Amino acid sequence: MTDTATTLERLAAEAAATAGASPHGEEGERYTAVNSEKNRPLYASRVKVYPKLVHGTFRRLKWLVMAVTLTIYYVTPWLRWDRGPNLPDQAVLLDFPARRFYFFFLEIWPQEFYYVTGLLILAALGLFLVTSVAGRVWCGYACPQTVWTDLFIHVERFFEGDRAKRIRLDKSPWSAGKLARKAGKHLTWVLIALATGGAWVFYFADAPTLAGQFLTFDAPSAAYLFVGLFALTTYLLGGIAREQVCIYMCPWPRIQGAMFDEESLLVSYKEDRGETRGPHKKGASWEGRGDCIDCGQCVAACPMGIDIRDGMQLECIQCALCIDACDEIMDRVERPRGLIAYDTFRNQERRRAGETPRLNILRPRTILYSVVLALVAAIMLVALSNRTTLDVSVLADRNPLFVQLSDGSIRNGYQVKIVNKEHSERIFRVSIDGLEGAILTRPALAGEGTATVIVEADKLENARFFVSLPAERAAAIKGGEADFDFVVTDTESGKIATRSTTFRGPGK
Amino acid sequence: MSEKHKDDVTGVETTGHTWDGIRELNNPLPKWWVYTFYACILWSFAYWVVMPTWPYLTGDGWTYTQGVIGYEQRNIVTNELAAVAEGRSGAMEQIATMPLEEIANDPALMEVALGAGKAAFGDNCAPCHGSGAQGSKGFPNLNDDDWIWGGTLDDIHTTLLHGIRWDADDETRLNIMMAYGRDGILNRSEISDVAEYVLLLSGQPHDGEAAVRGTAVFESQCVACHGDAGTGNRELGAPNLTDAIWLYGGDKEAIVETVSNGRSGVMPAWGTRLDEGTIRSLTLFVHSLGGGEK
Repeated sequence: MTDTATTLERLAAEAAATAGASPHGEEGERYTAVNSEKNRPLYASRVKVYPKLVHGTFRRLKWLVMAVTLTIYYVTPWLRWDRGPNLPDQAVLLDFPARRFYFFFLEIWPQEFYYVTGLLILAALGLFLVTSVAGRVWCGYACPQTVWTDLFIHVERFFEGDRAKRIRLDKSPWSAGKLARKAGKHLTWVLIALATGGAWVFYFADAPTLAGQFLTFDAPSAAYLFVGLFALTTYLLGGIAREQVCIYMCPWPRIQGAMFDEESLLVSYKEDRGETRGPHKKGASWEGRGDCIDCGQCVAACPMGIDIRDGMQLECIQCALCIDACDEIMDRVERPRGLIAYDTFRNQERRRAGETPRLNILRPRTILYSVVLALVAAIMLVALSNRTTLDVSVLADRNPLFVQLSDGSIRNGYQVKIVNKEHSERIFRVSIDGLEGAILTRPALAGEGTATVIVEADKLENARFFVSLPAERAAAIKGGEADFDFVVTDTESGKIATRSTTFRGPGK
Repeated sequence: MSEKHKDDVTGVETTGHTWDGIRELNNPLPKWWVYTFYACILWSFAYWVVMPTWPYLTGDGWTYTQGVIGYEQRNIVTNELAAVAEGRSGAMEQIATMPLEEIANDPALMEVALGAGKAAFGDNCAPCHGSGAQGSKGFPNLNDDDWIWGGTLDDIHTTLLHGIRWDADDETRLNIMMAYGRDGILNRSEISDVAEYVLLLSGQPHDGEAAVRGTAVFESQCVACHGDAGTGNRELGAPNLTDAIWLYGGDKEAIVETVSNGRSGVMPAWGTRLDEGTIRSLTLFVHSLGGGEK
């Protein structure tokens, strides 16, 4: 019973200490970060985060990355690439019905899917490398969740004002003005979400055609479904869930944290410089105290609702907005910038020990990642350059293995599959090599020109061939099996593909 | 008997039971989980009404609640089969009515015909002719170029339609290899001699003297059907005795048995069992196996 009493007392004391310091104070009041340890009982309803607008290098950098990534996302489906009359002219197209991925000059057939795998491996390795050098730059700048959430917060700011105004608006009773602002914000969110969902489906169908179909309400039902789905998820995840996605839904934070070490550049609060923190009167000395004046602007600016001064934490996506916020304040109190900055753990230790801080980018981890990345890229390039436009496979009949004809000769049947990856129809001449006295024939109904096969552009043709050997020669084959080659020649380009196969006879 | 015990660290009540001194915190279920659970329960009530769900006993035995929309999985299968048949109907109609040579010139139709033929072959023909059409003793190898009744498209079509020695069909192909030995037309030594002659005809090792004697037997008994040189007669369904392919075996013993006891293998008439489209598909398929004649 005494334990319970002490606990209750402790909790009461803490509550009193933080009383009056609301999580959403007005400017100038003490702040307690919404998602800090003190404020986090097991089952708390979500407390809304109202990030404040900051100005600075990293805010501009984030705008730039957002502009570039969104432009790439929305514009790419509209880029054109001429491939000839029968093929789609969209530069990037994932054509599932025809089972082709088009990527500018690349045309990936289903059996070449390993190129996509290679791309994904390269992307993963690149991510590991970048994270080990500069921390969670993916999370902070490039991740779609961050980009769209950032955009949606700006929309919210546009309609409802900056942090203080938004808090006041949410607290105020419903009025025409409040309704108008909220409605405008949600409507804009829905429109952006629809545009996002729309852009997604344009990767899977010809963009101009599909866009036209949307306008005439004539699009396939799958298109509507996916636009709706992506619009819904964009609206929900970017507008409503926001930081909850990063904290609870996404596995990245829990992986990325394992990928940096003590030499990685991370957004950090320089404790050695900032402590002891406390309010500072204008004109007072900076001796014997830290540079942090406890203004709470870093907390106000954080879209995740954390206090970076608590140290490295899972919720921090390292968007560096707190850096901009603090730098602004440091300018005002005429102190050097960089109280919160991209810093490494080792450098904190170095500074404490009195050594000069330095960047150690070339270290075993980064070198290893770079080497593996280069290796995989090299393998991909080699595979790509060795890609042929003529693919042949030969399948010998297994049932029956051979047929004896009326004159005693032995005949084997083969399925010759020719894949023509050129963009025009090609005539292929088929012959055999390596089997003396063998005669090549086609089924009687196969038409004239025994040894030619016509294959349309980007198609596979399956042709049946027979190879016969006179009786004596067949009987003379050692072990009843003889290897020989099918030679397929593109009569237009002269390209040759040779495939070896087996002739079987009764002999043992 | 439960005493509510409050946990020191979290301040949460326990369930009141202890298991070997271990207690369990009685934290509330997450709201989202509880509401999802309620939603699932409501969904299940709606499901009972709409879909076939509950079995129950009646006087006539077990039956089940049918559901409001009349969902029946058998209907789905029936509809799918009907859709497939409909999808195929265009091509199969054409195959059933067009002349065989014309179908052979149309690659798209040929693709359908060969596919349908292959499937039908496996279902109907493979039990006798083998899965690869290679046949066995008494069942012709359809891959080779040796045909008793002819290997053109029309010949194969007729054979399929009316069969061979199929009593139920009036137009069936009919021929008789007589039982010369059993019926007492030839004696043993004559049969042996004519067998040696046949071995000579087909270029196999033989007894020269016996073969000379056998020539006379052959000319009196065999040339009527098998032709002067033993090259066979397709009108009469008499095999070519000079080639390397034998339906019942080409060694002395087999030939003696054939002459002595005769042969009358039977092929069913498929005209009454399969539709015209399938029969034509089979015709084209068998023709394309490699032995088809123009």
